[in-house]
Amino acid sequence: MSLAGLTIGRGRESLRVIGHVAVHVFKESVRDRVLYNLVVFAVLLIGASYVIGQLTAGQDVKIIKDLGLAATSAFGLFIAVFLGIGLVSKEVDRRSIYSLLAKPLTRGEFILGKYAGLVLTLAVNLAVMAVAQYAVLGYMAWTESPEFRASWEAPATDPALLKALFLIFVQLSLITAVALFFSTFSSPLLSAALTVGLYVVGHFNADLRNFEAVVDSPIVGGLARSLYYVLPNLAPFDVKNAVVHAQPVPLGYLGLTTLYGATYVAVFVLASIFVFSRRDFK
Amino acid sequence: MMAASVAVQMAREARFASVASEASLLYVRSGPTLTRLALSFDDLLADVYWIRAIQHYGSTKRADAGEKSYALLYPLLDLTTTLDPRFNIAYRFGAIFLAEAYPDGPGQPEQSIALLEKGVAAMPDRWQYVLDIGFVHYWWRQDYGAAAEWFERASQVEGAPQWLGPLAATTFAQGGQRAGSRLLWQQLLETSDNEWLQNEAARQLLQLDAMDGLDQLRPAITAYRERTGQWPGDWGDLVGAGLLPGVPVDPTGTAYRLRPGTGEVDVGADSVLHPLPTEPNRLFGTAS
Repeated sequence: MSLAGLTIGRGRESLRVIGHVAVHVFKESVRDRVLYNLVVFAVLLIGASYVIGQLTAGQDVKIIKDLGLAATSAFGLFIAVFLGIGLVSKEVDRRSIYSLLAKPLTRGEFILGKYAGLVLTLAVNLAVMAVAQYAVLGYMAWTESPEFRASWEAPATDPALLKALFLIFVQLSLITAVALFFSTFSSPLLSAALTVGLYVVGHFNADLRNFEAVVDSPIVGGLARSLYYVLPNLAPFDVKNAVVHAQPVPLGYLGLTTLYGATYVAVFVLASIFVFSRRDFK
Repeated sequence: MMAASVAVQMAREARFASVASEASLLYVRSGPTLTRLALSFDDLLADVYWIRAIQHYGSTKRADAGEKSYALLYPLLDLTTTLDPRFNIAYRFGAIFLAEAYPDGPGQPEQSIALLEKGVAAMPDRWQYVLDIGFVHYWWRQDYGAAAEWFERASQVEGAPQWLGPLAATTFAQGGQRAGSRLLWQQLLETSDNEWLQNEAARQLLQLDAMDGLDQLRPAITAYRERTGQWPGDWGDLVGAGLLPGVPVDPTGTAYRLRPGTGEVDVGADSVLHPLPTEPNRLFGTAS
């Protein structure tokens, strides 16, 4: 067999192993009753849609969209952080890492499989939440008069909502990579604190760019500007407001923002592999 | 155990009533600060502040006794529109709430205009906000020159309807006349994109109809006074004198109110049209 054939064969084998680990992570999250959050989400949305109509002077569709997208983002964040931080540390604590590493899989495949499994869990969660949100919005559109529907900024079941949901998914994939990275070398508690910290900083990131204008020291200003470029800026992933108010979100924007997120995912996953490969479990 | 805890709570509250908060509070008044604290949940927080603004306005307006304070209304609306600068209805409803005269509102047309100007800055293509500013000048400030200027500005916004130009001209010529007010409300009724605003415009038009009805009643009351030397005690006096065919009713079917011994007429206190707005040209004379 040629070298190229060997490489392709090894690549396929790697993909099979990564897929196997990913499915295992997904099944484990189902066993851990992670999908129960979907029931909470559905009840929250349906209950809120019933109550909000009485309180909001005709803004119920806007508020249901806001609530649905915000809840999707918040539930996803909880899943990404609290499952992400345990991906590696749980295996170490349970000492199952020894039997796993004795199997024919590399540490890189192990990390990639874990990451893919959690992203798969997030994708399934977000897909079900999207369906629940469209169902509630569809019902609201169905029960309203055509004249009232005409006053909405965007249709209740606006397909553009998918753009916001997609960027939430990309952002959560990035947060998952961050949580995974921290979980390769620190305790779950510290990993959670660091991941949430990075999430918060990611939303203040734009301020770092303008830090030079408010400090006298050029060193501090330069440092802040460097941090602005190094730390992930999470603001571009938030297009909820634009989508709810029927503002255009071009495909080019989606593409570039996804690419931006993907580069950070690659950085954190590669860093996770690097750190994990050097850990000594003896 | 859950049922027991609910029962204990009910018993405790029945015995020791919880002390209601003296005043509603706004812990954070800075919109930009709140936007930062909200992370990516600013839209949801804007909805929360919007609901608070409606509740504050509604509960204060409906309060039966005591001094009514709408002090939190503008800060709540300001926070709402800072958190979500495209919250269309917060500008338009908020402006109506703020301009409404006391006790039905805070009677703050300046704040109303400030809120709408914030909306114009956020969305310069919204001619409706520019029109609403003109409307506040017209109806609540009786500044017909400023109103006409804003109508003119609204007519120049791309996509604005053609009737705004004539409206500006009419306001310049006949500001304060009831016909001008009717034209303004009629246009708001026909062009509003919200059911609540349409209902409000329809109610204002009915109020103008009620004012027309009162104008028709006044000659009969004056005639009674001239005939008998005293003001009528009730509608029965006028009906008995053959000056009216029956008890007059406003456009909603509620009887008009006649103050005994004064000759003053108004809509009934139980009418949905009560209280009638103070008519601009009755305050300042015709501003033509």
